[in-house]
Amino acid sequence: MVNQDTPELVLEAGRANRHYWADLWRFRELLGFLAWRDIKVRYKQTTLGVLWVLIQPAITLAVFTFIFGRLAGMPSGKAPYPLLVLCGLLPWQLFSAAFSNASGSLVANTHLISKVYFPRLIVPLSSVAVALIDFAVVLVLLAAMFAWWQFVPDWRIIFLPLFVILALLTAIGTGLWLTALTVKYRDFRFVVPFLLQVGLFLSPVGFSSTNLPTWRALYSFNPMVGAIDGFRWCLLRGEPPLAPLNLTISVGMALLLLTSGLWYFRRTERTFADII
Amino acid sequence: MSQPVISVAGLSKRYYLTHQERSDTLRDTLSQGIRGLVRRFAPTGAVAPEGEEFWALRDVSFHVHPGDVVGIIGRNGAGKSTLLKILSRITEPTTGRVSIRGRVASLLEVGTGFHPELSGRDNIYLNGAILGMSRQEIRRKFDEIVAFAEVERFLDTQVKHYSSGMYVRLAFAVAAHLEPEILIVDEVLAVGDAQFQKKCLGKMGEVTRESGRTILFVSHNLDAVNTICNTGLLMEGGRIKAQGDIAEISAHYLAPALRHRSSFAHQSERPCIVQVELDEAALARRTLVVRIRFSSPFPLDTPTGGMVLASQEGRVLFGTNMRLRPPGETAPAREGECCLEVPNLPLQAGVYSISVWLGDSQRDFDSQADALSFALPIIPNSPPAGGAHINWPLDLACQWHLSAIRS
Repeated sequence: MVNQDTPELVLEAGRANRHYWADLWRFRELLGFLAWRDIKVRYKQTTLGVLWVLIQPAITLAVFTFIFGRLAGMPSGKAPYPLLVLCGLLPWQLFSAAFSNASGSLVANTHLISKVYFPRLIVPLSSVAVALIDFAVVLVLLAAMFAWWQFVPDWRIIFLPLFVILALLTAIGTGLWLTALTVKYRDFRFVVPFLLQVGLFLSPVGFSSTNLPTWRALYSFNPMVGAIDGFRWCLLRGEPPLAPLNLTISVGMALLLLTSGLWYFRRTERTFADII
Repeated sequence: MSQPVISVAGLSKRYYLTHQERSDTLRDTLSQGIRGLVRRFAPTGAVAPEGEEFWALRDVSFHVHPGDVVGIIGRNGAGKSTLLKILSRITEPTTGRVSIRGRVASLLEVGTGFHPELSGRDNIYLNGAILGMSRQEIRRKFDEIVAFAEVERFLDTQVKHYSSGMYVRLAFAVAAHLEPEILIVDEVLAVGDAQFQKKCLGKMGEVTRESGRTILFVSHNLDAVNTICNTGLLMEGGRIKAQGDIAEISAHYLAPALRHRSSFAHQSERPCIVQVELDEAALARRTLVVRIRFSSPFPLDTPTGGMVLASQEGRVLFGTNMRLRPPGETAPAREGECCLEVPNLPLQAGVYSISVWLGDSQRDFDSQADALSFALPIIPNSPPAGGAHINWPLDLACQWHLSAIRS
């Protein structure tokens, strides 16, 4: 029954698992199942169901357009102001949903972590996948809005997936940090909404980052600035133009967050079951 | 001997018991960090431990060979679950080394990951994936799982509307259809009704016989362990106390619980039982001799003793008293002894308990439930059970005859 070619698995204190990434691949179906579970469960016993995914950005869009476009009278370039806001709101909502899902994911799945083995990375990744699916739904809203304003994006739209990835990497990096920290220190549960609130103000969601010419490089240390600028560049016919230095800073920050998040997560992962 | 599928060497696991309630908030860590810094620069330099050390496992070593079905027994807190958690890779050992060859599936809890809002159908897929089955594998076994769980009609009902029995049946059905090379099972059969437990044990037994799968099985149900396991591991206080043949191990486990003599407090105002005793030498010859000592503030005209014999599970097997079977002669007594002898005890090997009673011709005075317990060993050199599982308590002297009608 036991074939001799089965690799020997050795468990020792502090031993790095050589098969971790292979295991992660082997459990990829579980990632899908967990995401599927979260989506399926979320709208049970709600009447509006999946419409909730659209209602939130629609209302935020109206409020931001009114405040920044009408009250503050900020310029929007060639595109109508609501489209400018929407192109900022979309990546921001992707980030904020992915980040907050991922941050709470380990504690929400305590019962799995203390009873079954699988690479723990599956848990935050599956919660990010849920946010990505919501994002796909909201793209419908985007298409409808563009049709309403009769605004057609140009060839630059093909680069959009790259900026989706930038937002996702940022969310995964920060999410890994927060979820691993929350396992030990539940304090970080209170930090997440606060970070999101501050982050919203520190990201050019309701206005264009060209309104802050002198601060723009510093501003780009927030990777979401790069993602939002990129979204606008892709969808609003290259307006505002991309600043290579700023984009590099944003991408660099996102990668730094991701690698450090992965490092911290992998370092603490072994003790999750003992302290969760 | 073939190569072991699991080798455990010097395995230990330490936990820290923290006695304060909020020891793991950030504030405490920060304040401890600051205190640590202060201490480092302070002249005394003594470092206080983080909390009380607790070794859940201590220097555990053993091997499991392919096809072994290992029963792990021991009292609560003996380290059984910690051991299984390490073997299932949920937690890491503090010291020591484990090496495993083969695909492991572990079942530390029934229905891990079941979601109450999802239907039975959805939960089969979800739970299967969590236990390590692929989507294809689940699809292939889906009908079998549903039939085993007997929940066909409720497949599309949300699990939160299930009865607890249905829930457990469904959960166990998924687990029973896992096909790993090594299966690790914690005390999961404690839930569910007796009939379903039997079905699950049957399924596990079938699986081991057919495919030679290796199983590690923790249970407090010694009957279950004895039924499906061939070797045993007795744990106590985080260490292995004994390992070997399952029958010996379970006898070893039960030994301290056996009582061949019990004494009870004298009562001055009414007749009472003061001591009950079992004759060990007679027991070795399969003769049960029970002596019931009594004392009374007044002479008893017809002291009457009685006893009830029950199996380990509490099933009453036999009872007798001196009203039903009067002794040859009676004499009034303030103190005395009723002695019962049952020769050629017609019982299977196992653990039994005895309750005793005292009265006279009309009245009841005293009784002591489960006053004694004893184990009947397997008769040496007895013929093998012939593959049949013995699950009845009686072993009556009997004889078969065969007469051929046509040859």
